[in-house]
Formats: sequence, C-alpha cells, structure tokens
Amino acid sequence: MAAILCSGLFKSYPGKPLVEAVRGLDLRIEEGECFGILGPNGAGKTTTLEILEGLQDPTSGTVEILGKSWADHGNDIRQRIGITLQETRLSEKQTVAETLGLFRSFYKRGLSLDAAVAIVGLEAKKACRIGTLSGGQKQRVALACALVGDPDLLFLDEPSTGLDPQSRQQVWEVVRALKVRGKTILLTTHYMDEAEKLCDRLAVVDHGKVIALGSTDELISQFGGGNLVEFDTPRKAPSADVFNRLSGVKTVKLTHHENPGEAASHVVLQMAQPHLALPELLTMLEKAGAGLLSLNVRQATLEDVFLALTGRNLREDGK
Amino acid sequence: MNLDKQLQVDSSPQSPMWQLTIARVRDFYREPAAIFWVYGFPLVLAVALGTAFRDRPIERIPVIVVADSPNPNVDTEKILKSLGMDSRLEVTLADSAKASRDLATGKASLLVIPKGEKPLLRAEKNRPESAMALGIVEAALLRARVGEMHQGKEEVEPDIQVETVAEVGGRYIDFLIPGLLGMNLMGGGLWGLGYVTVDLRVRKLLKRLVATPMSKIHFLLSLVLGRMGFLLLEIILLLGFAWLVFGVRIQGGLLPLAAAIMLGACCFQAVGLLVASRATSYEAVSGLMNLTMLPMYVLSGVFFSSDRFPLLIQPLIKLLPLTALNDSLRGVINEGQGITDISGNLIILAIWTLAAFFMAMKLFRWR
Repeated sequence: MAAILCSGLFKSYPGKPLVEAVRGLDLRIEEGECFGILGPNGAGKTTTLEILEGLQDPTSGTVEILGKSWADHGNDIRQRIGITLQETRLSEKQTVAETLGLFRSFYKRGLSLDAAVAIVGLEAKKACRIGTLSGGQKQRVALACALVGDPDLLFLDEPSTGLDPQSRQQVWEVVRALKVRGKTILLTTHYMDEAEKLCDRLAVVDHGKVIALGSTDELISQFGGGNLVEFDTPRKAPSADVFNRLSGVKTVKLTHHENPGEAASHVVLQMAQPHLALPELLTMLEKAGAGLLSLNVRQATLEDVFLALTGRNLREDGK
Repeated sequence: MNLDKQLQVDSSPQSPMWQLTIARVRDFYREPAAIFWVYGFPLVLAVALGTAFRDRPIERIPVIVVADSPNPNVDTEKILKSLGMDSRLEVTLADSAKASRDLATGKASLLVIPKGEKPLLRAEKNRPESAMALGIVEAALLRARVGEMHQGKEEVEPDIQVETVAEVGGRYIDFLIPGLLGMNLMGGGLWGLGYVTVDLRVRKLLKRLVATPMSKIHFLLSLVLGRMGFLLLEIILLLGFAWLVFGVRIQGGLLPLAAAIMLGACCFQAVGLLVASRATSYEAVSGLMNLTMLPMYVLSGVFFSSDRFPLLIQPLIKLLPLTALNDSLRGVINEGQGITDISGNLIILAIWTLAAFFMAMKLFRWR
C-alpha cells in the first residue's frame, strides 16, 4: 500500500487573474520512504502539502493517505500523521513540556513527553518557556509536536528554512533518526543539499507540476550525470560544434558577453571523463586563440538538473 | 539518542479540554499587561470617576448685575441686597460688556439688567444652570417684593421646608459600577474570544491545531471556559471593591444578577467570535473590535444615561446588547429588580448571542 497517493491534483484560487497553484500533479509515496518535493518558491509545494495534509481541498483530483480519503476518514488520518508547517509561532509563554502536553492530549496513543523531547534532543529545555529558545530549538519543538502522536506519516514543510547551519544539521539529525525508525516522511525544500542528504526519492516541482522524479542519482544521470567543466575566455570562444567534437562531451552551454572588461565567453561542458577531454580542450582553446581566464571542474548537482529543466536557478526568485 | 526511550508509548493522555483551557489560562496570567487591563483598569476607572463625582460641594451660581445702565425706576442696591441673601447665588457687579462676555462663555449663568420699568433677566436658553439661576433669582426678587408689601420686612420666609439627601443607590457611583461591569463583560468577550482567536490565526497556530485530531468544539469551549474563569474573578473584584470603598450594594437577588452576567458574557463572546471569524491580521481585528465597541461605549449608557440621546433613536439604542446588559445590571443592582423585570433585556441578549454565534460558525475560517 502506498502511504500517499494523489492523482490529477489541481488547485486554483479565485481572483483576477485566476491563480493556479497546482496544475495536474500525481504522486505515489511508499511506506517507509523519505520523499522530497524540491522546487523554487511559488512552485506549489506548500499548497500540494496542505492538500495532502487535509488543510485545503483540491479544486479537482483525488488524495489517499494511508489508504484512506480525507472526506470519509479525516479524523483517522489525523490520528496517524504528524505535521510541521512552514511558519508556526508557538505560544511564547508556555514551556516546552506544556506545549507538548497540549499536542499530546489530542492523540489517542503517542509518545511520553520525555520521549518526545529526547528525540529532538531538548531534554535540558523541557521546563523552559518557548520564548527563551533559539530559532533552531523552536523548530525542534515544532518537530516534537509533530512526533508526539507517534505518527506513521510525517509532513515537514521546509523544515530547515531560515535556520543557521548548525541548527539545520540538528534538524537533519532528527529526520534521519525518524527514517531509521521506519517512518514515512514527505518534506518540501528549496535547498538541494537538504534534498540530497535526506530524501530517498525526489519530485522536482515547478509551476504546479512534477517535472522530474527519482532518486538524486537517477535525476542527475537522467540529466546526463558526470562532471561539469566551466570556464571563461578573454576572447570569443569558438562555436558549440567545435566543443561537441571533443571526446566524451555530452552537452555544451555557451554564453557570449559584449561588455568590455568582462570575459568574452562563458562555457559549460558536461562530460563523463574530464581527464580525457581536458587536454584536448586546452589545446583547442590555444589554437583558436580564445585564451583562458579560469577553469573549474565539478560534479553535477540537483541545481544543475533544475537549471537544465527550467532554465532557472532553484533560488533565484527565492528569499 | 536512546532508542528505547524513543519507543516509549504512553497511552494515557490528559483530557484535551483541560489542556486547551489550562493553556489559555497560562497564556493570560503570564502576561502582566493583560492582567492590568482586565482587572486593574476597571478599578482605576471606578476610583477616578467615583471620587470625581463624589461629595461635590454645592456650587454657587454666578449671577451678574449690570452696573452701567443707571435707571431711576430700578433700585440696583436693593436688587443686590435681595439676591445677596440667597446663599446659592454668587452675585457680582460688572459693566455690560464684561457681563455679556461672561454670559457667553458660561462664567455667568444670568444677567440682571436694571433697564426700563422692571429689571431685565437675561438667561442662556440651552444652559441648565441658567434656567436654575432664573428660578432662584425670580424667587429672591419675589420674596423681597412680598416682604416689602408686608410692613416693610426685608424678606418673607416661604411656608416650606427643604432637605437634600445623598442616598446609597442613587449616587453617581451606584450608576457607574453596573456600567463598568457591562463594559468589562463586553471588552472581555471581544478580546477573550475575538483577539485571541485572530492571534492564533496570525501565528498559524490555529492551522497547526486544526491539523491535529483536536475537536473544534473542545477548542471553542476551552476559550469560553477560560473566559468564564477570568470573568468570575473580575466580577468579584469589581463588585467587592465598589462595596468596600464606595458602599455600593446589590439591591436585587444574586440569581437575576448571575443570569444577566452569564447571558451578557455569552453574548459578547459570540460577538467576539463573529468579529474574529475572517480577520487575518491584528489591525483588521482591532479595527473591527473598535467598530463594534465604540458606538456602544457612547450610546449604551456606561458613564451617563442613554436617555440623554434623542427620542427618535431610543428604540435602536434599547436593542443594542450593551444597553440591554447595562439596563439589566442596573435594574438588579440599583433597583432590586427580579428576573421577570429584566426578562425583556435578557431576551434581547439571548437573540444577539444566538445570531452572532450562528453567523460566526458560518463565516469562521479555521486556517
């Protein structure tokens, strides 16, 4: 049985013009999987998540959570899922234990408060008021609120957005520990490192649709995989055909600049074996008289996949 | 991390109703500012207004005799003497320019102008003190006239006795305390349900709670229950204070008082819920709350009787929930009325409660 199954999901908001947040989205997430929805801000990630969480109704399409539908078994589903929203401001005057006690009271079965604070590593802060905690600690309290009902399925909306690097690591630790316990997790993110580190499978979402699906490695190899060689030349580089003839080059991306004082051309070559192609490349550039200002070799990432799929960076319209 | 500890499953949670209510109470009593506005402020108002309007010395009414119009027909000296015998008047002499100015600015309530055959009395038509002055001056002049006719006596004593009283139940503070109580019930209901709900919505906590298996009925009931708890303390404080400091007594029974308070509280909590049903920002809910409360502060007789407004709008004023509540509270506290005497007002409150509650439930946004 799939933990989450949705098909043909549409969501539009009335207005002029009509806002189409989700435009035909299908997902199947298996039990025990950590699944990521990766996409830029405004891609429809949060809307999709809220539909799956039963917080919004889709305009059309079907949703099944743990084999049940929201319309018929809303409360059964709520008993078995845990949620963190992108931005919840818990009451500052309540202590960590009081806040967790409140959330715990809504569930028929769940963790003891001690167990919940232990999972997120906040044993020492149990008696502290939320208002005295750091941003990362607050986020971990929010995670504990999601866990206190001992859910089978977790929805985490941008779990580490806005946190400092250390706090992000701590949140990731918690998510990894939950994976080990066999929980199904669906998270959204616009950080590719978060997606790469945590998720078994990913759906890349843009403009309310899934544009690519698979594990990080699969996505990168679908895109072409391998390595990227990036370089700038002081004089205009030869045409793309010339680069394509080099051994092992899969794609060529060529940009020319007219402004004086800048590099004349920026070239990105995707190739399987840079150690073979690089000597050829250097000889060729010298022959063509283009010269070389800088050169970089790196492994392809999800960012490159997203750029190749959409022509945009993941966070160019982000915060 | 200790896996055994993580696997501890606890299946005896506390009642969600209790948890929600106690959370509400904690949020409140851990906020010193809220405690002052709810409990301290009404007492400060009671003290300030109660002392301002208590034991007001009998003011003397300023009357000016105009000095610059000599008239052989009128004996100015005699007028001054006659008026001077009445202790309620403060008589001065002034020229006509200053006299007119003082009458216009309210420094003088009446001018006595010795002009023509008889002295001319000039009063300001719209000023109650002027009308009073007119009566007193007329009477003083008349007494002098009658005395003159009776063997040249200076003054005749009228055949009446005068006594003034300040009885408990009829003082301004007696009028004020039920008004403050009503005002508090209104403010408390609107803040306690309206503002608190919008605060939860703005902080996305309402959405977070709705995503849990929490019962929405438990949630609403916990707000009401928390509010009722604070309310009990509020009432005891205000009425106890008024009794100890000003000797304000509850003339009627506790049952009709409790009925009026409970219905009033429910009514304004329902209105609070309605105000909060859609608002998604603090500014919006503050605006809506002021829009609701301000007209009633003015019209519903908190600080002064609503009878002062024109007859034309009286039926409308009577239908406002705060008027119905204040009238019931004054009926019970000041006049000792029973439940049947205030039943009309209680019905108005009940209708408001039901209408506001059902409309709120229809409009309410849980996210």
